Amino acid sequence: MTPRREKRPWTFYALGSLVALFLLFLYGPMMVIYLLSFQGPNGGTTFPMSGPSIVWFEAILHPGQMANIPVSFVRSLSLAVVVSLLTVVISVAAGLGFRRRFPGSGIVFYLAVASLVMPSLLVGFGIGLGFQVLGLPSGIFTSALGAQLTWTLPFGLLTMFAVVNRFDRAYEEAAADLGATRWQTLIHVTLPILLPGILGVGVGAFTLSYDEYARTVLTAGSLNTLPLELYALLSSATSPTLFAIGTITTIVSFTLLGGMLMLVARMQRRRASLVL
Amino acid sequence: MPIGTPIWRLRPHQVSWLQVGPLALVLVALFALPTLLFVVVSFFDYDRTGIYPAFMLDNYQELLTTPATYRVYLSSLKFAVIVWAITLLLGFNIAYFPVFHVRGARIRLVLFLLCAVPFWTSAIIRTIAWIPFLGRNGAINQLLMAVHVTSKPLEFLLFSDFAVIVTYVHLFTLLMIGPIANSLSKIDPALLEAARDAGASRWQTMVNIVIPLSKTGITLGSILVFTQVMGDFFVVKQMSGGQSASIVSQLSTEIQAMQYPPAAASSVVLVLFVAVMVAGMMRIVDVRKELLG
Repeated sequence: MTPRREKRPWTFYALGSLVALFLLFLYGPMMVIYLLSFQGPNGGTTFPMSGPSIVWFEAILHPGQMANIPVSFVRSLSLAVVVSLLTVVISVAAGLGFRRRFPGSGIVFYLAVASLVMPSLLVGFGIGLGFQVLGLPSGIFTSALGAQLTWTLPFGLLTMFAVVNRFDRAYEEAAADLGATRWQTLIHVTLPILLPGILGVGVGAFTLSYDEYARTVLTAGSLNTLPLELYALLSSATSPTLFAIGTITTIVSFTLLGGMLMLVARMQRRRASLVL
Repeated sequence: MPIGTPIWRLRPHQVSWLQVGPLALVLVALFALPTLLFVVVSFFDYDRTGIYPAFMLDNYQELLTTPATYRVYLSSLKFAVIVWAITLLLGFNIAYFPVFHVRGARIRLVLFLLCAVPFWTSAIIRTIAWIPFLGRNGAINQLLMAVHVTSKPLEFLLFSDFAVIVTYVHLFTLLMIGPIANSLSKIDPALLEAARDAGASRWQTMVNIVIPLSKTGITLGSILVFTQVMGDFFVVKQMSGGQSASIVSQLSTEIQAMQYPPAAASSVVLVLFVAVMVAGMMRIVDVRKELLG
């Protein structure tokens, strides 16, 4: 122990307990869901548990009431991939553009904020109406994609603000002084330095899209995404299958998040070794 | 001039416009124009078979003279205020701990990740997660009965305002923690030390230094929580057991019945309501300046 280490004030213990209790509050109910998804065949949606089993996971794959779950799962995943790619390209470009004030920058900024705070269902309502007026059919990769972008792009933009704020422009100036063109500077200097933040935008957009409900419900057309399917099941069926789906979607999200964190950690280690 | 520089160069603000252009285009086409569209439709006439261009205020008149409208706004506002107060109190204290009390950078990161991770799972799942917990035979009731706090299950836990508030707090506290933690971490610890050296009590430091300096985070978090509650679609529907409705779930009933003009009118009223509240909160800080540094 270093002698400089002083005694903790009472607030340390008070706030520490608060954080611990909050984490319990945050994770407790979800743990119950994960546990109950292994409910026995005769068990219901509450305790007691009747033996661990995977019948409810199997039920997802069986034809019948759950027939649409695997299809909508794949649909949601592919939509999320497209949304996150578009979000990365558009919001990274915009984040870089916003580093200087330009005529009209205020309007675009407030438009993005408005789009973020607008009640989600209303965005879907407006877009759905628009497609009807234009005589276009709504679809997953047209209207629903557009509706989700009004949510993921402002999120991506705000994330990029935090990312570019921490970026030291001296790197770009140094590159220019060494004779790099703007394009070379962007590709070889700016983007590699911002990469961890850009990945964050991508993963964030992916999960926002993958779990989106209120913007998608009026724009998806006749086919359902996974959250829509899940919501439909919610009102018709109360079986632990819902919990099993919850467990699977959580695993998907966590795998993605974990993979991204590992990638960023590896990048930072490599970068640290390059500096040394 | 460095080698490889083209003779023609875009001026800086032109480059910015090229970079921001796609975003602006998407926001105009998919947010501004659709919003304008439902504003227009809110003045239209309708019957069972379709909607007809018109300019009439009947949709608004009907909406604003129905007592149910005020009831649902009042109930949503009540939820918004209660949830705002709870998430602000929780969020501020929870953000404060890792920033000022935790000494290791790694533990700090782990704590923030632990708070953020549930945000990556579906809100629907996180909502229904409370049902086996709060229900009549749920975990809490069984625990309370096992330790003899109560002899019969508490009924108010599930399908009540209580359940709605618990779910909101569970879903939205992170929206407070994030922006506030961001503001707090920008405060120079030397400032707090200086205050202490100058004889300020812990409370005085908090009120006169920490809270004013985290104004941006508090405002941003408040805006996010407030708009999420006002725009809520399924928490109230799912957790109140039909005792209360939310503005948006009421609206979606109208949309499903294809009554677009009245639905559009209540959309306009909701948007105006949210916009006035958000604009009021944004007067406190220049969000744009704070975000862009």
